[in-house]
Amino acid sequence: MTALPPPSDKKLGLVIDLDTCVGCHACVTACKGWNDQGYGAPLSDQDAWGAEPSGTFLNRVHSYEVTPEAGPAQIVHFPKSCLHCENAPCVTVCPTGASYKRAEDGIVLVNESACIGCGLCAWACPYGARELDQAAGVMKKCTLCVDRIYNENLPEIDRTPACVRTCPAGARHFGDLGDPESAVSLLVAERGGIELMPEQGTKPVNRYLPPRRKDRLEETAPLAPLLDIQASGFAGWLDRLLDRI
Amino acid sequence: MTRHEPRLDTSPRVSDEVRRTTCYMCACRCGINVHLKSGKVSYIEGNRDHPVNKGVLCAKGSSGIMQVTAPSRLRKPLRRVGPRGSGAFEEISWDEALGIATRWLAPLRATAPEKFAFFTGRDQSQSFTSFWAQAFGTPNYAAHGGFCSVNMAAAGIYTMGGAFWEFGQPDWDRTRLFVLFGVAEDHDSNPIKMGIGKIKARGGRVIGVNPIRTGYNAVADDWIGITPGTDGLLILALIHELLKAGKVDVDYLARWTNAACLIDETEGEEKGLLLRDDLGKPLVIDRRTGDAVPYDTAGVRPDLAATHRGCRTVFQHMAERYLGPDYAPEAVAARCGVSATRIRALAAEIADVAFNQTIAIEQPWTDFRGETHERMLGRPVSFHAMRGISAHSNGFQTARALHVLQILLGTVEVPGGFRFKPPYPKPAHAHPTPHSYFMPGRPLDGPHLGFPQGPEHLALKLDDLSPARIDRGFTWENPLSAHGLMHMVIPNAVAGDPYRIDTLMLYMANMSWNSSMNTGQVMEMLTRKDGNGDYMIPRIIYSDAYASEMVAYADLVLPDTTYLERHDCISLLDRPICEADHAADAIRWPVVEPDRDVRGFQSVLVDLGGRLGLPGFVTDDGRPKYRDYADYIVNHQRRPGVGPLFGFRGHGKEVGRGAPNPNQINAYIANGGFYAAEVPEGAKFFKPWNRAYQDWAVSMGFYDTPQPYLFQIYCEPMRRFQLAAEGFHERQPPDFLRERIKATMDPLPIWYEPFGEAAGEAFPLHALTQRPMAMYHSWGSQNAWLRQIHGVNPLYVPTKVWQAQGFRDGDWARLSSQNGAIVVPVAHMAALNEDTVWTWNAIGKRKGAWALSPDAPEATKGFLLNHLISELLPERGDGHRWSNSDPVTGQAAWFDLRVRIEKVPPPDEAQPAYPPIPSPVPPAKGNRP
Amino acid sequence: MHPAPSVILFTVFSGLGFGLLAVLGSGLMPVTGWAALVAYGAGYGLAVAGLLASTFHLGNPQRALRAFSQWRTSWLSREAWASVAALALMAPVAASAAFRGVLMPALGIAAAVLCLLTVLTTSMIYAQLRTVPRWNHWTTPALFFGHAVAGGALLAGLGNAPVLLLLLGLFMALAFRVGDGRFAERGHTLATATGLGPGTVRQFAPPHTGTNYLMREMIHVVGRKHALKLRVIAVLFGAILPALVLLALPSGLVATLLAAALHLTGALAGRWLFFAEAEHVVGLYYGLR
Repeated sequence: MTALPPPSDKKLGLVIDLDTCVGCHACVTACKGWNDQGYGAPLSDQDAWGAEPSGTFLNRVHSYEVTPEAGPAQIVHFPKSCLHCENAPCVTVCPTGASYKRAEDGIVLVNESACIGCGLCAWACPYGARELDQAAGVMKKCTLCVDRIYNENLPEIDRTPACVRTCPAGARHFGDLGDPESAVSLLVAERGGIELMPEQGTKPVNRYLPPRRKDRLEETAPLAPLLDIQASGFAGWLDRLLDRI
Repeated sequence: MTRHEPRLDTSPRVSDEVRRTTCYMCACRCGINVHLKSGKVSYIEGNRDHPVNKGVLCAKGSSGIMQVTAPSRLRKPLRRVGPRGSGAFEEISWDEALGIATRWLAPLRATAPEKFAFFTGRDQSQSFTSFWAQAFGTPNYAAHGGFCSVNMAAAGIYTMGGAFWEFGQPDWDRTRLFVLFGVAEDHDSNPIKMGIGKIKARGGRVIGVNPIRTGYNAVADDWIGITPGTDGLLILALIHELLKAGKVDVDYLARWTNAACLIDETEGEEKGLLLRDDLGKPLVIDRRTGDAVPYDTAGVRPDLAATHRGCRTVFQHMAERYLGPDYAPEAVAARCGVSATRIRALAAEIADVAFNQTIAIEQPWTDFRGETHERMLGRPVSFHAMRGISAHSNGFQTARALHVLQILLGTVEVPGGFRFKPPYPKPAHAHPTPHSYFMPGRPLDGPHLGFPQGPEHLALKLDDLSPARIDRGFTWENPLSAHGLMHMVIPNAVAGDPYRIDTLMLYMANMSWNSSMNTGQVMEMLTRKDGNGDYMIPRIIYSDAYASEMVAYADLVLPDTTYLERHDCISLLDRPICEADHAADAIRWPVVEPDRDVRGFQSVLVDLGGRLGLPGFVTDDGRPKYRDYADYIVNHQRRPGVGPLFGFRGHGKEVGRGAPNPNQINAYIANGGFYAAEVPEGAKFFKPWNRAYQDWAVSMGFYDTPQPYLFQIYCEPMRRFQLAAEGFHERQPPDFLRERIKATMDPLPIWYEPFGEAAGEAFPLHALTQRPMAMYHSWGSQNAWLRQIHGVNPLYVPTKVWQAQGFRDGDWARLSSQNGAIVVPVAHMAALNEDTVWTWNAIGKRKGAWALSPDAPEATKGFLLNHLISELLPERGDGHRWSNSDPVTGQAAWFDLRVRIEKVPPPDEAQPAYPPIPSPVPPAKGNRP
Repeated sequence: MHPAPSVILFTVFSGLGFGLLAVLGSGLMPVTGWAALVAYGAGYGLAVAGLLASTFHLGNPQRALRAFSQWRTSWLSREAWASVAALALMAPVAASAAFRGVLMPALGIAAAVLCLLTVLTTSMIYAQLRTVPRWNHWTTPALFFGHAVAGGALLAGLGNAPVLLLLLGLFMALAFRVGDGRFAERGHTLATATGLGPGTVRQFAPPHTGTNYLMREMIHVVGRKHALKLRVIAVLFGAILPALVLLALPSGLVATLLAAALHLTGALAGRWLFFAEAEHVVGLYYGLR
C-alpha cells in the first residue's frame, strides 16, 4: 500500500496565509491538544520539566526575517505541518505499508499499528513534517484531523482541523484543493499561493499565500496645506477651516 | 497491485462530556469548552458562542490541560518555619491557616487598619477584593494596574470615558486602516488577532508603530520602527500635519467634544478653567445667536472660532499649540527615528481614509440635545495602542495625545472607528473619586481607587496632609494614580515612607521576581530586618495556585485552585468581557474538583470576612453572610438589584437589574458560562451622546441616570492641579514638586523627554520587554507544552549594534544600566529600531521555582531585564526619593530603561544567578501529570 | 544527518559481510573445509550482525517482519528480501563447501549476485532520498559497492584486493568531491523552502527553543567541523594503508587481519562521515544544515 494511489479528485489540504499569521502558536498547541488524545498514540514529551524538554509536535511555527533590497526588514511567521503531497516520498519509502495516502481524499496517514519506527519516511520528507514519537516509537504526523473532519459526533461547523478551528487571525484555511471552485482554490488563485520547495517534485497539496508587498507608505503623497498660514495668520486658517461647517 | 487501506474510524467519540467555562491562561477571558473523559480534562477548545473569542483559542488556552495538572500546583496551606526566603515551610490545615490570618488581622483592624496592605496581581475579581479591603477599612488596596498600564486606562477615561483593550476596540468589521501603536502586544489578544484577520481578509491596511517588528507588527503592511518614548511626539506631529491641511472633523469637534468650550483667560484662581454657567455647565457660543449657552442646549451650534470676553475656545488654544513649528515633521523626525516624509505620508493616508472614504450606516439616532440624525456617518480609520506607549514617564500624556488624535479625526464611536465596550463609555467624573479615610474598626469611607477631579480628591491624611496610602497613590507625586502603585508598596513599607505596615497580603503577584522592578533588591527588602531583628515587613500572607518565586517570601501561604477548579465572576462591576455590540459577563465554575487541599482565594476571603466580622460579610447578628464565593456572586448586591452578574436575575429573565436569583450560576452554566446582552441597533454608535444607548445603559444598571458628556480634549482636572502648583488651592503641593506639576499636568497633550533619558550618553540604547503570545507572564514556564516554545529568551540586538560589537550567533553580552548589570545570550534582529534591544518578558526563572528542575534553561539561560530597572530614579542629592514613574499617574516607567551593551565570554549561566530556593512542591514524576 | 551507531554498524558490517559472501560464492576464492567454515562464517557473521544492528534503530523492532511487505515500492523492504534471499541461497553453497568440500559454482554465482543486490538495495535506501542531495547520486551505490567488493576481496585474501582497495579510495575521493557540490547544484535554499523574498531570508527564531526529533535526526552541524581530517582517515585507512599492507607484507593471516583492521577503521570513519556530512533539506527550515 505504500504505492501511491492514482491522483484523487478530492485533495484535502490547508492554505496558510503568511500575510495574516501573527505567529501566536495557537495552531501548535491546539494540534498538540487534539492529537494527544485522538488518532493513535499520544504526542509524548520528554524531560517535560527538566533541562531539555522535547516533545512531539505535528505543527510548528517558524519565524524568518526577510531583508529586502530596500526598506526595513520583515518578520514572517511560518507555520508548517504535513503538506499531504500528491507525490509523497514518505509513503513510497515505507517498508511496512504503515505510511499511506488515502485514495479518497489524498490525506497522508500513518497506520501506527504497522509502523516499525524506522524513521525513513521522516528522512524522505523535505518539509520536516514527520516526527518519531520517542515514547511510542511510531511515526507521528498531521492527519489533517481525519478524526474531526468526517466526525459525525461533532457539529458540522466543527468538522475542520483543530488548527484551523482555533486560529485567531483566520490565517489557516481548510478545503478541497482539487476543486478549482472551492474557497481555498479561489484564495490560492487570487493571492498567488505557492508550493514549498517545488524542485523536490513532491507536488504538495497545501499552499502558502505569500506576504503582500510591504512598506509602501512613502508612495503616499503628502497633504496640501489648507492655505499658507505664514501669510494668512492663524485667524485666516481658522476662517478657512470653519467655512466648511 | 490492489491497495488496501486500513479501516479507520473517522467518527470517534470525542469525549464523555463538555463543560463550558472561562479561560484564565491570560487576561483575555475567552470562553472555553472543556472536554472530559472519565472525569478528567481531555481537551480544551474555544467556545464558538462566546462573545470574546467566538470559538478561537490561543496557544495558552489550548495548553490549559497542562496547567491544571502541572506539578507546580501548591497542595496545602503552608506556614513558614525557617528564615524568610529560605523556602522552609510546614504544611498546615486550613483551620490553622485561617486561624493564623484572623489572629494577625483582627487586631490590626481594631487598632490601625492602615497597617494592613492588600494588593492583588493578575486578579480578575477586583470588584470583590476591593470591596473586601474597603470593608476591612484599610486605605491600602490596589491591583497591579499601577505597574502595568494605568496610563493607558486613565488617559482614556479622562479624555473620552474609556480606553483601549477591555474598554474599547476598533470597529473590526468596518475599519479600512488600522494603526497600532506600542510594543508588548498582549492585552485583548484574541480579539485583536481576530480583528486584524478580518481587516486583512477585506484587504484593509494595517500600520504598526513599534520599535520591534514582531507579532502584529510582523503582519503590518507598513512598519514604523519608532524610537521608544517618542510616540507622543510623532502623534503630535501627525496632529500638526492634519490641522495644517484642515483635515480634522470640525463638526464632530463642535458637537461632541469640549473643543468649543471657552477657557477662562483672566488671571487668578479660575485661569485656564472652562467658563461655566451657574449650574456648573460649560458654556459654548451658539453660532446661530452668538450667545453663550450651556453646551447641552437643544439645537445649539457650538462655535469653535468664538471669542467671549477675551476668552477663546479650547480648539483655538489647541490649534495654535500644535500648528507651532515644534511639532512640524522636520522638527521631530530625528528624535522619533522616523523621516519627515514618512510622517507626512502617514498623516496623508490617515486623512485620506478618514475623509475620502467615509462610510455610513442607515440608522437614525437621537443625540442628547434632542437632535435626530438620519444616519450614522463613519470614518473608517481606527487606532489602538499597546502597553509600550504608556510604560514611560511621559506615557499618560502620550496616551492622551493618541486619544486626541482620534477625536480630531472624528473616528471615536463612529462606524469604522474606535468603539467602546459597555459598560464604557463612562467619563472620569462618573467614576468614584479615591477614598482613603480610615478609622479603627470601621470600613473605609468609600472605594479606594477613582479619578480625582482636583487636589481636593488627593489621598492625603486629613491632619498632616501626608500620604494616606502606603504606595503614595493619589499624592502630589502622581495625582491621577487611578490604579495605585503596586510596585512601590514593598520599597515604601521597608523605607517606612510614608509609614510602616504590619501585614502585607498579596494575591497572584510575583513580587519577588518578574513583577517587581529591581528584583534582587526587592528580595533583599522582603528579608530585611530592623534593629530588633524583626522583618521590616513583619508579616506576609500570599495566595497563589502555583509554586511561584514569591511563595518563598511569604509567612503564610494560602494555596489557590487552578482556573478549572473554582468559581469566579468576570463582572460588569469590574473589567467585564464585553464587546462593542454586547454587554457581557462570565463565570468560572469547578469543571473538575481539586485533587489537593486547596481553596479558591475569593472563598477564603469570604471566610476571613466572616471571621473578622467585616461589614457586608456578616449578617446583622454577626454570622457569616456567604457560604463561599459562589454564594457571594449570586447574593451580593452592590446597589439594589445590581449584583456581580447581570444576567438571569430575579426569576431568571431579568437582565441588568433584578433580585438575586438562587439559580443564577446554573443558568450561566447552561448558557455556556456567560451572559451577553446585545446593544440595541440604534444604540451601537455615538454611545456617549446617543439617547438610545444612555437609556439602555441605565436599564442595564451601568449607571442610574443617563450620563451624556463631551470628550475632554482639554482636561480640566489637570489644570486644577496646575493651578494648585501656581498657588491657587487650599491644598498646596510641596515646593520641590511645583515646577514638575506645572510642566507635566498640562491640560492639553504634550510631549516631554522620558525621565530615563537622563541616564545620558553612557547608556545609548533603549531596552524593552514584551510577552510572547504563547506565554502569560511567569505562568507559561510551568506548562510542559508552552515551555518548549519559549524556554529561553535571547536579547535581540539590532544590526547596527550587532555589527559594531562583532557579535556572532551564540555570543553573550553584558547589559548595564544605572541600576546594575546582567549577562545574557544575544541574537540578531534586523527588523528592530536601530537603538533598541529587547527580550521576551518573564521567561527567566529562579532555580527551584515553578517545579522546574534547577538546570532548566529558564533558570540557567533565561533572564529578566527587571534587574536593570529601579523603582526609584538615581539619587539627586535633594533628600527626596523620586520614583521611576509617570508623574501624572505613577505608572511604572519600565520602558524608560537606557542601557549599554558589551560582548563578554560566555558564562556558565545568565547573570545575576541566585541560589536555588527549595521547592514547596515535590519534583515532577515522569513526563505527564 | 545524525550518524547513529546502529546505522553505521549496519551498513558497514552488512556491506562487508555480503561483499565477502559475494566473493566466496562467486568462486573467485575457492575455499573448502575449515577455511570455508571460517570464511563463510565470517561473511554470515558480519552480514547478520549488521542486519541485527539495524533493528536497534527501530522504534518498534517487534514488528520488523512487516518490513517484507512493501518490496514493490520500498528499497528498505527490498533490502529485507534481498538479504534474506542472499543468505538463504548462499547457505547450501557455504554448507557444501565447508562440510562436503564441494563447490557449487552455479548456485554460488546466483547467491553472489543476490549478495551484491543486497548491497545495492542498502545503498538505494540512501541514494533514493532527494531530500539529501549528497546521497541522491550514483556515487552512493558506487561507494557501497566499492566497500563491499574491496572489503570482501580483502577479507577473502583475493590477490587483486589492493587494486580494488585503491579503486575504492578513488571512489571515495570522487564521492566527497561530487557530494560537496550536490546541495548547491540542486538549488535548495531557504528562499525555495519558504517561497519568501525577494531579499535575503534567514531564520529569526526557531519554532521551539528546545530541540526536537527532526533536529536531532537530520541536522548534524557539529561533526562536519572535523570533516577534512575524517576524510583523510577514511581514505588512508579504508583504502591506501590496507592496500599497502597487502602489497608490502607477505600474504597470510597477519597481513589480512592487519589490513582488515585498518580497512574497518577507515570504513567506519567514512560511514560516520557519510551521515554526518549529509545535509538534509529540512535543515533549511531551521537555518542549519
